[in-house]
Amino acid sequence: MQQLLNGVFLGSIYALFAIGFTLVFGILDRLNLAHPAVFAAAAFIGIELVTLGGVSIWLAIPLVAGIGALLGLVIERVAFRPLRGRPDAHFAGLISSIGLAGMIIALLLWRYGPDTRRFPADAFPATTFEVAGARVTLLQVAILAISILLMVGLTWLVARTRLGRAMRAVAENPRAATVLGIDVDRVTATTFALSSALGAVAGALFAMNVNSAQLGMGAAIELKGLAVIIVGGMGSLPGALVGGLLLGLAEVFAVQYIGSSWRDLVAFGMLFLLLVVRPQGLFGSRRVREV
Amino acid sequence: MNRSTVTALAVSSALALALTACGGEDGGDAGGDAGGGATGGEAGGLTGTGTGEDCTIEEPVPVGAALSLTGAAASYGESQQKGLELAAAELAEVGGVTYDLVIEDDQTDPRQGITVFEQLTEDSSVVIGPTLSNGAFQAQPIAQEAGVPVLAISNTAAGITAQGDYIFRVSLTEAQVIPQTVAKATEAYGLEDVVVMYSNDDAFTESGYEVFSSALEEEGVTVSETLTFSKADTDFRALLTEAKAAEPDALVVSGLIEAAIPLVTQARELGIDVPIIGGNGFNNPKLMADGGDAAEGVVVGAAWNSSSEGELNTAFIEAFEAEHGAQPDQFAAQAYTGLKVIDAAVRAGCSGEREDIKAGLAGIADVDTVLGTLSINAERDAEHEAVVQVVENGSFTVLD
Repeated sequence: MQQLLNGVFLGSIYALFAIGFTLVFGILDRLNLAHPAVFAAAAFIGIELVTLGGVSIWLAIPLVAGIGALLGLVIERVAFRPLRGRPDAHFAGLISSIGLAGMIIALLLWRYGPDTRRFPADAFPATTFEVAGARVTLLQVAILAISILLMVGLTWLVARTRLGRAMRAVAENPRAATVLGIDVDRVTATTFALSSALGAVAGALFAMNVNSAQLGMGAAIELKGLAVIIVGGMGSLPGALVGGLLLGLAEVFAVQYIGSSWRDLVAFGMLFLLLVVRPQGLFGSRRVREV
Repeated sequence: MNRSTVTALAVSSALALALTACGGEDGGDAGGDAGGGATGGEAGGLTGTGTGEDCTIEEPVPVGAALSLTGAAASYGESQQKGLELAAAELAEVGGVTYDLVIEDDQTDPRQGITVFEQLTEDSSVVIGPTLSNGAFQAQPIAQEAGVPVLAISNTAAGITAQGDYIFRVSLTEAQVIPQTVAKATEAYGLEDVVVMYSNDDAFTESGYEVFSSALEEEGVTVSETLTFSKADTDFRALLTEAKAAEPDALVVSGLIEAAIPLVTQARELGIDVPIIGGNGFNNPKLMADGGDAAEGVVVGAAWNSSSEGELNTAFIEAFEAEHGAQPDQFAAQAYTGLKVIDAAVRAGCSGEREDIKAGLAGIADVDTVLGTLSINAERDAEHEAVVQVVENGSFTVLD
């Protein structure tokens, strides 16, 4: 039971990270590899807000989301927009976002140094519950709730709102969207801002959950985030959530039943098998959209 | 571009990430040939007159230090720098022999360590460092080949001094400290079975694990489960749940401080209240500063007893606090000792020449230091008593 919950909570962090990742990836078909850098930056900025600024954790999270959104706008403006006219814009954007990620990490190193940082011990109430013999912290419950809420909210936003329709139109065909009177640049920028805000929230929560923030934390989760969105199905928000949970559970049960040394092998092996059986991913549509 | 191309890109970049993660860590050349009498530098000025305390050497003796001032081991390197600078300042006041201390940063990168060693061995009579054993294995052969004595001040892995006859160390090895820790903890807590956890992708923690497991066997303690993790891991809840299910008398962990803090906090959070016995990586005041209450009951063997009442030790702590406004840690104490031991070696032959320092280091016996009475044995390793500490009320106290 404890392991099941461990898996769910671990997975919900993967999911939160992947949801932001897949928003840009799935809707704009752009792979934004600066996303992990935003994840790390948010953790460090969040810690500074709480320790130096004396901001409460409940205020720090929306603030971090706002800073993340700003970073998203910068990423779009600097790494993607100048390249959008190129025939290889997708690939060029991927490379330029790696470059930007390197710059963000270098700035963090300059600002905060190489040391691991932490939220102060009393930043988040250390309440624990006993659920069927397993221990759960309030923080873990909050993370799970935030992940599900954001996933539901985003799905609704993409499917039902005017902005969501505009996003999908841009994804379908940017030129046609322009003809229909949609401001493609604005929609693209909004999507980036949303995506990075989610990545930022994930970063801050992750740092709290494991009681440490390192410069390499984004790089460590990047691979898992990519795996999660591919398994979940490209651009599928529920897919990212379910994929994240699956990966978390797979890791935890690999530890329990097979051995801790085999964790990554088993977890990624399972995801790989799943892809062989269902190449389009769990929630991916079979039809390949030609853009 | 259609979607499958994007997928392929994503998969390939994921693969690239996986590949870079696996890189690095190739063994490096084991030992070089002894460099012969390649005493470089401007001879003459470095040999002095008199012996021991009266020794007077005209020119300052050049001492190089390769420390990790940035990167993952920066917290250790900074302490070492403070310890060395304090020792250099004190030695300058003694007079007779002065030291020209040059500290370079290896960025916690073995490749950078090689570059730094190449640079330092050109001018220095003796080189201190590097901070981590990983880097030492790669960099030391350069000094060995150039015939420059090296004094390791923090490396605890086995085989450091086996690289050549110019390599010495003042730090106790894990193999010296851990058996004493395990014996003491077994006695104090009546351990019968334990769970062992270690990161299996780091040379230092892996060698620590091997020493732990043989020491546990020696004490007749059963290991009910062995769990491995990666040095980059921060979420240990799955492993700790496994550990908890085994209901051990203690957790035995070989990991670096970066892993130690989240591991200890998460263990307490899951309700594991047994003692946690750590390797040298746990021997860091940060554990209490960042781990808070969770650090209570962590047992660590150490080379330096911070609460020792010895005259040298209290004077060192006082001077360090006055200079830096903070308590020294073991890394600072060992670095401080390192330069003092070099001074003893220089004064023994009253010469700052490389060959004479080498002979002096080999002859170090029963020197009073802040670490206790220290000798260098035939394997060029230091010998002195270790101390077993437990965290109580937020600070290390001697376990008995």
